[in-house]
Amino acid sequence: MKKNLPNKSQNVNRRKFIKNLVLAVTAFSVPAVLTAKEQLKRMQSWILGKDYNPFDHYWGMGIDINKCIGCGRCADACKQENDVPSEPFFFRTWVERYRIFHDGEVRVDSPNGAVDGFKKQNIEKGKVTIRSFFVPKICNHCDNPPCVQVCPVGATFITPDGVVLVDSDYCIGCRYCIQACPYGARYIDPIKKTAEKCTFCYHRVVQGLVPACVEVCPTQARVFGEVKKKASPLVRFMRMNKIGVLKPALNTEPKVYYANLDMEVN
Amino acid sequence: MKLPWKKLPEQIRRLAVVSLFLVVLPFIVRSILVPSDFGKYGHYRASAVDEIIAMEIKYAGHQVCYDCHDEEVESKQAGVHKNVSCEICHGPAAAHSEDDEIELIAPRDRDSCPLCHEYLSSRPTGFPQIVSDSHEPMKACISCHDPHNPKSEKSTECEACHTEIANTKSLSKHVNIACKECHETPDAHKTQPRMFLPGKPVNREFCGRCHAETAPSDKDIPRIEMETHEEAYVCWQCHYPHLPEAE
Repeated sequence: MKKNLPNKSQNVNRRKFIKNLVLAVTAFSVPAVLTAKEQLKRMQSWILGKDYNPFDHYWGMGIDINKCIGCGRCADACKQENDVPSEPFFFRTWVERYRIFHDGEVRVDSPNGAVDGFKKQNIEKGKVTIRSFFVPKICNHCDNPPCVQVCPVGATFITPDGVVLVDSDYCIGCRYCIQACPYGARYIDPIKKTAEKCTFCYHRVVQGLVPACVEVCPTQARVFGEVKKKASPLVRFMRMNKIGVLKPALNTEPKVYYANLDMEVN
Repeated sequence: MKLPWKKLPEQIRRLAVVSLFLVVLPFIVRSILVPSDFGKYGHYRASAVDEIIAMEIKYAGHQVCYDCHDEEVESKQAGVHKNVSCEICHGPAAAHSEDDEIELIAPRDRDSCPLCHEYLSSRPTGFPQIVSDSHEPMKACISCHDPHNPKSEKSTECEACHTEIANTKSLSKHVNIACKECHETPDAHKTQPRMFLPGKPVNREFCGRCHAETAPSDKDIPRIEMETHEEAYVCWQCHYPHLPEAE
């Protein structure tokens, strides 16, 4: 009897199997979809400060190298606003002076991160400068941040508005992120022994202010604004200028956009 | 009736207890070590963001100053420093805006202005700069310039329109050569600039009037031998006449 099973009943079994499969998959995915929906709803009602919803914003910065006069007020204001240690190796933003010579040599210096401005520096006789300019540097708040990828404990993260932050209570001070950052934008705080970096002055941004470095820039070489909204000083800046980013080959997708960037800058 | 648990051999029961413990233990440890709000919005502690935004704001922003200091703001708005935020020179002002007992700094010496205005070859061309060693030594900047509305002499001559070139030339060895020395300019250029264009030197001999070896000019002026010095080019293809020092 068993070996004479008709083909028909076999077909019914297969149909039944597929039916059950579909039912099972649906049954399992319904709670997942519901919780995801719930999660999204909860996230989109995330309010910081007074009435700041991080899901409504996406921040970036523009820096025009042709406008930077190298006064270093940004580096100074950053240290004061964010209580950055005053020793000359802790900077959240700093200004570099590039000097490109006729023989192809490129010299980059940043005495005390330009907190005290730049002094005239004599060059050897016979050396001919062909180009020279200042480049303000800051955390690029990458869209694809290598520092966040390597953090073993989830102490550094990117917020919904595109700002890369460090949870210094949760950081274990392992320095992986400092190694991973291709822009040298992080340091270990000498007191807390945890990683620190530019926050785009997040505490100011949620109150509707611009970062301290942008506030004090006397020539408006720095511009802060929304990356994805049409009415934004940054979008206007990106429309009006020829834009470049630092180390584009690394696919970090920086959100600090440079205008008039020289090939030698990295 | 015997429980099914009791039916199992002794060694299996013991092993089951140990395995259960090993499975549950990580969950207990995790619940103790991982903060409750970790993962609420992503792979991080949600309250970390609240801690970061709780930081004190020190730079109040230029809008705040406008509430009280009408006079200074008005004079600043009229001049070239209109986009220079107050806190650049006066320091962070958030505390002062809450309590005006806390006074701000007002730099009156010669150290502050040169941060922006000392001549550096790396600064953008045309940005107003001085060489402080030779520019009114020992005198405080504010004894001549109003920092809220600094002025250099207003001109109706060439520099009124050609500011960038004038500022560049003011830093160069050519500072004392009048524009008209090289650019023959009809008077009508001032009213119809595009109809009546100023002239430009056309040949090497023009620069040679001062820089040729035989020229009757001051002996400190650099000389070249007109016949052999890069004879295929005119001078301004290599040298920028408004700032000849920049090579």
